[in-house]
Amino acid sequence: MSTRVEPWVTQESEVAAQMPIVVDDPAARRFRVHRSAMTSPQVHRAEIERIFAKSWLYVGHESEIPEPGDFVRRPVGGRPIFMVRGVKTGHVNVFHNTCTHRGALVCRQESGNSKVFQCFYHAWTFDSEGQLKGVPDRDAYAGGVNFDELGLKRVARVESYRGFVFASFDPDIVDLPSYLAGAKDYIDIVIDGCGGSVEIVRGTNQYSFAANWKLLVENSIDGYHAESTHDTYLKYLVSIGTDLRGGVSGRAIDLGNGHAVIEYGAPWGRPVAKWEPLFGEHARTEIDRLRADLVARHGEDRAHTMAEVNRNMLIYPNLIINDIMAVTVRTFYPPAPDVVDVTAWELAPVNELPSLRERRLDSFLTFLGPGGFATPDDLEALESCQQGFVSGGVEWNDISRGMGRSPMANDEEQMRAFWRHWQHQIGAAADRAGAQ
Amino acid sequence: MTAVAWQQQVLLRQQVEEFLYTEAALLDAWQLGDWLLLFDEDAKYEVPCNDAPDGDPARDLMLIDDNYTRLASRVDRLNSRRAHREYPHSRTNHQVSNVRVQDASAEELSVTTSFTVWRFRAGRTCCYVGQYHYRLRRGDGGFRIAAKRAELDMTDLRSVGDVAIIL
Repeated sequence: MSTRVEPWVTQESEVAAQMPIVVDDPAARRFRVHRSAMTSPQVHRAEIERIFAKSWLYVGHESEIPEPGDFVRRPVGGRPIFMVRGVKTGHVNVFHNTCTHRGALVCRQESGNSKVFQCFYHAWTFDSEGQLKGVPDRDAYAGGVNFDELGLKRVARVESYRGFVFASFDPDIVDLPSYLAGAKDYIDIVIDGCGGSVEIVRGTNQYSFAANWKLLVENSIDGYHAESTHDTYLKYLVSIGTDLRGGVSGRAIDLGNGHAVIEYGAPWGRPVAKWEPLFGEHARTEIDRLRADLVARHGEDRAHTMAEVNRNMLIYPNLIINDIMAVTVRTFYPPAPDVVDVTAWELAPVNELPSLRERRLDSFLTFLGPGGFATPDDLEALESCQQGFVSGGVEWNDISRGMGRSPMANDEEQMRAFWRHWQHQIGAAADRAGAQ
Repeated sequence: MTAVAWQQQVLLRQQVEEFLYTEAALLDAWQLGDWLLLFDEDAKYEVPCNDAPDGDPARDLMLIDDNYTRLASRVDRLNSRRAHREYPHSRTNHQVSNVRVQDASAEELSVTTSFTVWRFRAGRTCCYVGQYHYRLRRGDGGFRIAAKRAELDMTDLRSVGDVAIIL
């Protein structure tokens, strides 16, 4: 077989080396993303190293571990991690889930309460603060091992904001509030809108699909697709008495550091605090009370934002907080360029009136849940895109909608905010030459 | 147990099995309108989250929590050409086994079974495994479904993606 390389291949590569995957041309009002961003194994590897290892990643919510010794385990950035509330300190500890002796997982249940975490392999035992407390036959070690240094390894950086626990594998990353930038205020709006105190509802959605993770980033903050993709969901809303007149309108905002939000008015009711007939007359008094309370605490303008305005927010790179007819906290990780593992929870105010909680649960599962009337169709759309990329022939995705005007909620500015930061962070690794 | 009581119990289980096989056949044939007719109008169809199989729809997040109205909407949705995940439809094979009649009164039966639901679409295969919990009512023309709950044994939905089909 000939190993001769055609001359044009070299020339093509040289040209491509100067051409980034994201082409942002404000003058021409054109924004394009090369589809190799979604298909290339090299780009995927670069993302793991440059994005997932260098960002603040969502671990979980403090309400999941209210008591000392409460723990949850889960992958974060594709790595097994567990989060435990320390029995001595009450602090949220986030550890690499691996024994410091020979590597086995030390936390082997999804959640629970425990004072100690024992590796079953050789029975090394750690407490909830990570200290190594038990080593069988310690005398067999002739002083060469300092057991004080062999506590559970903490993830390099751990910080929380308003109950949302984040971790980063990068010891040099900026502090969490600086990282969150403009997203901080929107987290405040979500939490304060829920009366200041929230909890994760029991029951987790863990599903996967065969497409690139950045398509889910786009989809989670896409105000343009609902009418065509979610026709059956909108019909369902009408059938239960929701008035769709007025539609969806609002704006898209770049929150800095790759974070972005769309905020908009929409026809559906919100348990905090926009009544609709579906909630029933009995709930009207409670929703009025919740809204009046928000006005008293935060003033009419901010109360309006909390009560009537919907938010789909991306916290770069892989956390979605959508505060719509219910609140979802959704994170995801790509084990491969064309596979996404999604984990999603429902966030709700503590001590919510049971009838409103039931409405909230209903709204979540019918729209956001993998057994609902919308999410399966999103998954179909994203997988369909991925299959389309494989077809080839077309190199670019167009994400120009709304350039040259003040971007609306059904424009694509929020996606451009993500992609600009993505290109910045991944740098030359995402040149098309690197992608080939 | 007397031989007569034993015979009656076996007969009852056979009647229940016959009913459940008919239900499965309707689902596999995508005759969802006819399938819906098996349900009473106060019926529930529930699928709890994988990590909370004892989930209570009043308190916990469920994958599916349909009253009759929403179940009818689900059928409408799946019968339309706009349920993109299921247009074209998956081929499914609902398999029911280990049928046990737990409790039987003059009006109602409590039944648990194992299930395996195979789903095939566009070259892909996936499979749901779990337990059905039924409450069946005795009526003139046979049984009617008062409640159907599908508790999944899979620890998550990673291998199946979603629950867009009816289990």
